[in-house]
Amino acid sequence: MAVVGRALLILGLLTCAYGIGVSVYGARSGRREWVDSGRRSVYALAALMVCAFAILDVAFLRNDFSYNLVASASSTTTPTLFKAAAIWSTQAGSLLLWIMLLSLWSSLVLFLSRNKVREIAPYATAVLLGFCGFFTTLTVFVHSAHPFATSATPPTEGAGLDPLLRHVTMMVHPPMLYSGYTMLTIPFAFAVGALISRRTGAEWIQVTRRFALAAWLCLGIGIMLGARWSYTELGWGGYWAWDPVENAALMPWLLATAFIHSIMIQEKRGMLKTWNVSLILGTGTMAIVGTFLVRSGILSSIHAFVSNGTLNWAFVALIAAMVVVSIGLVIWRRDQLRSEARLDSLLSREAVFLFQNLVLVALALVIFWVTFFPLISQAITGTQVSVGPPAFRPFVVPLALILVLLSGIGPIIAWRRVTLENLRRSFVFPAAAALATLAVLLLAVGSGASAFAFAMFGCGAFVLAAVAQEFWRGTRARRAMSHEPAPLAFAQLVRRNRRRYGGYVVHAGLAVLLIGVAASTSFQHSRYATLMPGQSTKLDGYTVRYVKPTVAATPARLSLGAVLAVSKGGHPVATLNTRHELYPSQDPSLGPIGRFFNGSDESRIGLTSGFTRDVWTVVNPSLQPLQGLIMQGDRLFTRLERDTMPRVVGLPLAKANAALAPLWQARDRAIAELVARYVNHPWPVTFLMIVSPLVMWLWIGALIVVAGALIALWPIPTLAWLRARSAAYAGRLAREPA
Amino acid sequence: MEFLIILAVLALVVLFVTRPFWRPDSDRAVAPKDVAELEAARDAKYREIRDAELDVRTGKLSQEDFEAIDRTLRAEAIEILHALDDARGRVNGAARERLPSERR
Repeated sequence: MAVVGRALLILGLLTCAYGIGVSVYGARSGRREWVDSGRRSVYALAALMVCAFAILDVAFLRNDFSYNLVASASSTTTPTLFKAAAIWSTQAGSLLLWIMLLSLWSSLVLFLSRNKVREIAPYATAVLLGFCGFFTTLTVFVHSAHPFATSATPPTEGAGLDPLLRHVTMMVHPPMLYSGYTMLTIPFAFAVGALISRRTGAEWIQVTRRFALAAWLCLGIGIMLGARWSYTELGWGGYWAWDPVENAALMPWLLATAFIHSIMIQEKRGMLKTWNVSLILGTGTMAIVGTFLVRSGILSSIHAFVSNGTLNWAFVALIAAMVVVSIGLVIWRRDQLRSEARLDSLLSREAVFLFQNLVLVALALVIFWVTFFPLISQAITGTQVSVGPPAFRPFVVPLALILVLLSGIGPIIAWRRVTLENLRRSFVFPAAAALATLAVLLLAVGSGASAFAFAMFGCGAFVLAAVAQEFWRGTRARRAMSHEPAPLAFAQLVRRNRRRYGGYVVHAGLAVLLIGVAASTSFQHSRYATLMPGQSTKLDGYTVRYVKPTVAATPARLSLGAVLAVSKGGHPVATLNTRHELYPSQDPSLGPIGRFFNGSDESRIGLTSGFTRDVWTVVNPSLQPLQGLIMQGDRLFTRLERDTMPRVVGLPLAKANAALAPLWQARDRAIAELVARYVNHPWPVTFLMIVSPLVMWLWIGALIVVAGALIALWPIPTLAWLRARSAAYAGRLAREPA
Repeated sequence: MEFLIILAVLALVVLFVTRPFWRPDSDRAVAPKDVAELEAARDAKYREIRDAELDVRTGKLSQEDFEAIDRTLRAEAIEILHALDDARGRVNGAARERLPSERR
């Protein structure tokens, strides 16, 4: 079926070229059947890519090692769920996923807008097919990006999935990020279409707004799943390392946040047209930059794929083309982008949104600059200067604080203008809540604690109080009008104003999330401890005792672990199990025994989570005491293999396997005996232990953000929308002068 | 076998994407460009009116400010509705003119 897969890709590429041609011709000539044919090309492309993806995924599930990709990223011992997801752990497989997702989202937006934006849609179709065509070209013509490359002599066993990726979040994290990136190209494409066709009003925004919000949500979920993976899998105890690939997702997310706020001003007031198109063109470009960073490996990252020159230059060309076309279009259509209104007052929600937009863009620019600083320094001085997390903090921390504060001010300030009296009334409760929180913290923790944490707690309290006040006032106003019971009034308020109140929930969630970040980074205690079984150590009031070592040995994995008993004030808190797992390498030069100890490895953390604090541990056992025995085993089994192999050469496979079975059984017994020494003759083991307060609130905050975004995304019920429209029409009849 | 599958897929794709040429979807209602843009502006203006009402009810806007803003918004909404009526009238008029000529 690899031939069919290859053919589907080539057919997909031809479909892209055809679709671009007919869409542009349809737009220029105004002939609807050409435009319709272009739109159908996108649907056809989506079907082709789903089939191609299915062929490859089935190959993974069937352990078909004749596919190079399957042999390099899967094995017979890889669990089935991870086999299904292993496809996007490879460069070529993830490119195929990118095209499939983009073609599916493009089909969805073009289907939903098939009777609207008829001047913009054909150009948007051409742009979307252009992106699909670019990625399909890579999979067809760049050898390393070819998902259907096969081998005439397939290996009997694959290399297996990278152990670090054998985590449940890795099943969802990449598709979420790719959905975010691909969905961001949709408003980009419609913005280009709007500029070319001179339809720069609110129409294109109405069609793509939900996709921008969905992209923002998917990117956000992807970022948080990545953070969770880092916290529970990478064995360093943190959730954010300012890694270039992490930043690659954060930058478009920040710009998309700015965009979904500023389009409200264009929709309502016809203002900020230039800003909005520039923002979404920048966001779309940044999504491709993010994809490039993951794919190119130009910046050192544990998440990036191996660098490939052809692929890198193709991406650089695409990004350069996007930048040039974007700037050119904005300059070309500057007359169409003039604002229809002016800012009424600096004391208005528009002004707060504008300021918030500037802070978000500044934050994205700072992250861009520091992320790319190693490359910039290399270009200027010839030496790549690496910068770490400390380089981000001086800029990011103050900007993040301003942003949180603005997310509290935005909801309590009205559109257009407010009087000082209204402002005072709206600010009293949130400001009092912020001051009270600060006072309690000062009393509880003392003034010596982190200023950042204090400020974030104060700002967070301000936001939570502001959002609570908004819900309370809205419910009260609705009750006054409808005389409904409070719960019903609350539910109706949210149901009828989903975008507004969903947004407020998102703000509250972000405040909770950032409080978790501030507390867990500022009040964290950590230490390394080297212990023998029965010994204990203390950390932030907790006593951690190394109870016993644990071990497990299978042909697929060796596991050296520890059981730790955590107590506080003599009371048991939790029993933690942490393991260090070793996966065999397929490299024979490491020795018949050594390859089981020197392949890839991963850490399984021991974690007890609570609403107030997490106790996080990881074991890092040294293999040094076993090295002598491993080398001895290598020598012995190399000799045995050398003696046995000539006897099986020329035998049928089944007979050869039967002849070799005693040797492999002896080898497995030897390995089991070796690792058993970790329990029978234990040696001191090093642990990393971390006690972090309020980490749980980071994840709870993220869930609140997701809930809020889903409320805002949920379609307005048709009946309610019709009622709202009818009421507005009634208003026209009642008020329009005769 | 694989060759036959590829040929079948190719035929399906060609038939699917070229369908509008041999069976045009003439009955589909597509909003004319001006009407679509004005409808978008109208919906946005209605949302703005509703937001202003919610703002005054929740105490974020004074009664005087609300009345001034509401007056402006409704005037803008009426302007859009008039433009929409005109655009629809033009479209319907053009359609009426086209109909007899098509009958002839």
